[in-house]
Amino acid sequence: MADQTAVRLSGVRKSFGAVDAVAGVDLEIRDGEFFSMLGPSGSGKTTVLRMIAGFERPTGGRVELAGRDVTALAPFDRDVNTVFQDYALFPHLTILQNVEYGLRVRKVAKARRRERAREALRSVRLEGFDDRRPAQLSGGQRQRVALARALVNEPRVLLLDEPLGALDLKLREEMQVELKEIQRRAGITFLFVTHDQEEALTMSDRVAVFNRGRVEQVGTPAEVYERPATAFVAAFVGTSNRIGDVHVRPEKIRLDLLDAGGAGEADRSATGTVAEVVYAGPHTRFVVDLDGGGRAVALQQNLQTSSMDVMRLRDERVRLSWRAEHEFLTP
Amino acid sequence: MTLSRGARLALRAFTALGLAFVYVPLFLVVLNSFNADRSFGWPPSGLTTAWWAHALDNEGARQAVLTSLKAGAGATAVALVLGTMVAFAVQRFRFFGRDTVSLLVVLPIALPGIVTGIALGNAFQVVLKPLGIGLGLFTVIVGHATFCIVTIYNNVLARLRRMGTAVEEASADLGADPFQTFRYVTFPLLRPALLAGGLLAFALSFDEIIVTTFTAGPGVTTLPIWIFTNLFRPNQAPVVNVVAAVLIVLSVVPVWLAQRLSGEATAH
Repeated sequence: MADQTAVRLSGVRKSFGAVDAVAGVDLEIRDGEFFSMLGPSGSGKTTVLRMIAGFERPTGGRVELAGRDVTALAPFDRDVNTVFQDYALFPHLTILQNVEYGLRVRKVAKARRRERAREALRSVRLEGFDDRRPAQLSGGQRQRVALARALVNEPRVLLLDEPLGALDLKLREEMQVELKEIQRRAGITFLFVTHDQEEALTMSDRVAVFNRGRVEQVGTPAEVYERPATAFVAAFVGTSNRIGDVHVRPEKIRLDLLDAGGAGEADRSATGTVAEVVYAGPHTRFVVDLDGGGRAVALQQNLQTSSMDVMRLRDERVRLSWRAEHEFLTP
Repeated sequence: MTLSRGARLALRAFTALGLAFVYVPLFLVVLNSFNADRSFGWPPSGLTTAWWAHALDNEGARQAVLTSLKAGAGATAVALVLGTMVAFAVQRFRFFGRDTVSLLVVLPIALPGIVTGIALGNAFQVVLKPLGIGLGLFTVIVGHATFCIVTIYNNVLARLRRMGTAVEEASADLGADPFQTFRYVTFPLLRPALLAGGLLAFALSFDEIIVTTFTAGPGVTTLPIWIFTNLFRPNQAPVVNVVAAVLIVLSVVPVWLAQRLSGEATAH
């Protein structure tokens, strides 16, 4: 029977000298899943990825790929391929030679591997660049070459180490959609490392949030966002307000002028004074000094308001209201 | 940077003067190799190619060129292997005394040739002679290799530093074993550095005279030594000029090539 688990980590640790980069991680990544490892820099997510690829040897614990223990295997003996953060294309080879490299070292016949490499380049929408060198391509194009170079080997798991980090915002958003499409089409397990919470939420089936070498929470994007398990997750994934003993996300809070009366269907409310108004086009961020102490941020869509309207709200007395079901507690 | 007109003129003049100081004497050597006047009178009374024909016929000069080529090739080959290996060790691994090793490898190029020469000469006498190995071409090659390693080491080290380990990791990740990674990725990327370093090493060895004097056996005459011993023999003087002109060309070409290759390597 086929194992449904693509990657299984049990008690994986990695120390560099006295520093514990990874302090005991257990994870199960299912076959065909788009799984993200999210965390700030230095949280151990890239080290975990490098241990799965085989570039680092765990100090302790086991790494399994499709039920097989690969902890002690070299990178070239593992059925995974990596898209590196800086792409790591071979500068002395042409684009086509870069993409066919994995097939070449596995001694696939020349005609066959050329054909498959061209096919892979087509699948990332990069045709007609066969004889160029990596230095002649733009960042986005190099990114696609790196992707094709890994995908052509049809690995069981594709590891992506912040692959969109070097691209500008527009291109990054385009590539997010495209990566997701490619993953669905190829049916390959994607293991994606990122420090960008929005990227992790929009692309993944499940997310693991890393902090100080440990996994704080594993869950679907909605679970991680709506029901953060720890204060760290609540703060790192999105922003959250602490009002009294509970947390509320800024976009769940409704803001009304105090004189305007009724809080509608909300079951919780607090009053305060607007300290800061940040107009951001589609929405506006209000920073409110609460009468009960502390500050809260409320995000309001600019549905019927313009910058002129919202700016006038500074120093006004307001009521914040939200539903009880949107509150969450953290240990 | 902007300079005043006066400063620019002065800078140009000094640059021209400095270059002239180096290259006019070299030009004179080449010119004198065509000088019809046997005592190199100035200005030349006429031009002739007689000395070149003479030099080509000179058995001693031909033998000396051959010996120098052998010594240069041998020293370069030894330096290529050892210099590359040390560069890898220093760049890729952390070990006790790493910085010291790096310094010790570079030091021979700064040491006075006379010191290296005496030291090697003595060492060969003490160590090799009892083993039945006398001074000869072999000892010249070993002597030259001590400072030839430096050019290889420096070039390869710089290249490795720029290259990083990412491309080699990518190669392993794509399924290449260490041998394939070296053959398809590391070596092709190092090639410009090896060529540049090798050409410089060859040029260094080719015109070396001090260390050679102390390490060459009686039967071994490299080109610089041949020139030195024949310079003051009145009969040979015109031929010496020809040989010196040849030596200039043979030294300039590798250095020029090496510089172009280093430039290309940087552009990558």
